[in-house]
Amino acid sequence: MIEVHLWSSLRSLTGGQQVVEVEAATTGELLKELVRLHPGLQAPIDAGVSVAVDGRIIATGLSEPIPEDAEVYLMQRLRGG
Amino acid sequence: MALDDQKSIFTFVGTRPDRPDGLDKVTGRARFGADAHAPGMLHGAILRSPHAHARIVKIDASKAEALKDVKAVVTRADFAEVPFEPGLEGEFWNVLENVMAGEKTLYDGHAVAAVAATSALAARDALKLIEVEYEVLPHVTDVDKAMEADAPVIREGAADYSVPEGMHPNVVRYHESGHGDVEAGFAEADLVVEDSFVTEATHQGYIEPHACLGSLGTDGKGELWCTTQGHWIAQKTCAALLGIETSQLRVTASEIGGGFGGKTTVFIEPVALALSRKANRPVKLVMNRSEVFRATGPTSSASMDIKIGMKKDGTITAAEGTFRLQGGAFPGAPGDMTAMCAFAPYNLTNVRQVGYDVMANRPKQAAYRAPGAPMGAFAVESVLDELCNQLGLDPVDMRLKNAAAEGSKASYGPTYERIGLVETLEAAKAHPHYSAPLKPGQGRGISCGFWFNHGGETSVSLALSEDGSAQVMVGTPDIGGSRASMALMAAEILGIPYENIRVTIADTASLGYNDVSHGSRVTYASGLATIKAAKHAVEKLCERAAAKWGIPVDAVKWENGCAVPSGPNAGDFDPLPLADITADMGATGGPISGHFEATPEGAGVSFGTHIVDAEVDPETGKTSVTRYTVIQDAGKAIHPTYVEGQYQGGAAQGIGWALNEEYIYGEDGRLQNSIFLDYRIPVASDLPMIDTVIVEVPNPGHPFGVRGVGETGIVPPLAAIANAVSNAAGVRMRQLPMSPPRILAALKDK
Repeated sequence: MIEVHLWSSLRSLTGGQQVVEVEAATTGELLKELVRLHPGLQAPIDAGVSVAVDGRIIATGLSEPIPEDAEVYLMQRLRGG
Repeated sequence: MALDDQKSIFTFVGTRPDRPDGLDKVTGRARFGADAHAPGMLHGAILRSPHAHARIVKIDASKAEALKDVKAVVTRADFAEVPFEPGLEGEFWNVLENVMAGEKTLYDGHAVAAVAATSALAARDALKLIEVEYEVLPHVTDVDKAMEADAPVIREGAADYSVPEGMHPNVVRYHESGHGDVEAGFAEADLVVEDSFVTEATHQGYIEPHACLGSLGTDGKGELWCTTQGHWIAQKTCAALLGIETSQLRVTASEIGGGFGGKTTVFIEPVALALSRKANRPVKLVMNRSEVFRATGPTSSASMDIKIGMKKDGTITAAEGTFRLQGGAFPGAPGDMTAMCAFAPYNLTNVRQVGYDVMANRPKQAAYRAPGAPMGAFAVESVLDELCNQLGLDPVDMRLKNAAAEGSKASYGPTYERIGLVETLEAAKAHPHYSAPLKPGQGRGISCGFWFNHGGETSVSLALSEDGSAQVMVGTPDIGGSRASMALMAAEILGIPYENIRVTIADTASLGYNDVSHGSRVTYASGLATIKAAKHAVEKLCERAAAKWGIPVDAVKWENGCAVPSGPNAGDFDPLPLADITADMGATGGPISGHFEATPEGAGVSFGTHIVDAEVDPETGKTSVTRYTVIQDAGKAIHPTYVEGQYQGGAAQGIGWALNEEYIYGEDGRLQNSIFLDYRIPVASDLPMIDTVIVEVPNPGHPFGVRGVGETGIVPPLAAIANAVSNAAGVRMRQLPMSPPRILAALKDK
């Protein structure tokens, strides 16, 4: 199981949970599992998210592998100038 | 990518050759947005709202249309014929609403109609004949007032899932993040400082106004030439707004006279194409400076509250920030980015940050180098400076004590990989500037800054010529010297001289999709793709050499621009130079090229530290920046002169933002300073020589260790200058810009 850390304001969509456990081998699977467990997360994921895996920020890729014991954070989609 | 796999000894990378576009630009041969012409071309002009907020009751263009020189008039109705269901939504809808007003005009300068005529003069004259009946509505331009209960609602239903119940409809996005227990952290502190800060909206200030030439037939096939940071996004957006297939619109990026984030979207391009479709002739549109100020993206204005607790030894015990960003009459102000970046330089046990995206009757904000980060850094680093002053701490030592490093938990959540903040602070402490004595009346300011950087979709092709030279086709407009850095990276892999490589910005019909030149991504992502494309070509060169020698390809390696036999059974052959292989490539298997396409995901974050000396004239309130030093981690500087240029450019723009630049709105909601005479950007005489120090802590996500450098350089200046000015004036400056009237008022209230 992978512990996915959410940003604080998503707690209102997960029944107060800021850490959600999912089974996932890739970033794409992780996002699907998050929505399956907490359908309210569909809106922020549709709005755009990035996934940080062991500190490396995956901006958009859905096929990035997630090691079993990885540290995973869901982040808002980054924008640049 | 393991650091062991990284190249660390270079032949071409790290040198400072002449820029390939230099001669064209100094001789006027370079073609910018307004330099395009076409047979039968018409000239466009846009009618803009004089009201900050008004309902459009009626538009009557019949008198304009009756003129013989006028060939087309368009309004929002000409964009409404989108055949795809459910029509435009999300950001495409926002862009359309910004490009041409629908039911309401939402800010002073909002486009309401456009004309194409046989001359620019005729087009401008025709605008005067278009009659628009407005019902003027209440407006709001200030971020804090836009959140108050009685503020006029700009658009009902614009808020997304994130906004807590009970907030004003002008609050459209909400972000909260952090970790630990801030209240417990504040209880541990020996001193807690709490303060509020304001920054005004500023424009990116690119010298080249928006300009384009569009041609679109009734068959839905078109061509667009424009000044842009991303011609694929221009293609996609224009196609969506006009209801045509993306691949039927070919877009070519002109040379660009500055963008800084402001040319990552479209403003006039869909209008030129809509006029062209209606007139059945090419249409050129060029903004004047006033239009650029009134109707293209400035950065957000901000209102911020910061609270930081510290022990006497300088340890930060807790930090909390609330960041309210105004993004014009559309969602998109980067309150979330401000929140995530503000405390990122520090290793904090207890931190909480909240960001608001607030709409007001102003133009739609656009990205501006590290969007959102400079304002947050100004507020946070000002409070840190105040804590140092009150506790008698050295500002660099305090930052070193709290600095994030590899393994630290970032304020936005994850654990940092290898980063270079500590190295920039150590370089600052060792720099002669930091120990130089100050003259009476001068103050010194320090600030750190952080930016994420970005990868993005990228496609590069490289083709070798018979004479052994190479051409590289990239899809990222060259906004900061990328043709030079791409050529250096290709030269490093191919082993041929820099001068033998020509880098071209390909149009949308000549290469796969490329994300915009933004997010400090070009040297990182297009560079990575160039390296991989060159390696792809090298594989083919080795195959040709192996075939010539009659040995397995794995017995051939590439060294110094030559194929050489490698290994015990490879045989004894003289090195085969690249040009010898390409000379007869037509007879040995055909043309040799390399290609790479991917979305690289290892951009690597970046940090910088700035040192500023300033003095304030107490009689006039004028501030002079007397010395400035930028220290920033580049990972690996491919072309150090360009890296230094990015550092200096960030500091120069930051000086303008900190001291003079601001959007000034009247009570009527109209912009009062829409020309450069009244909106004052720094000129050479306002700037000291800006010293630079390139720190190189390799990014593990790039073959050469590159980190983006384009944006981080504008994050620390606002705070570093404000701290210098506050220390010189003896009063904390809480509002930017620190223009002479604000300095005088602060001195009076001291």
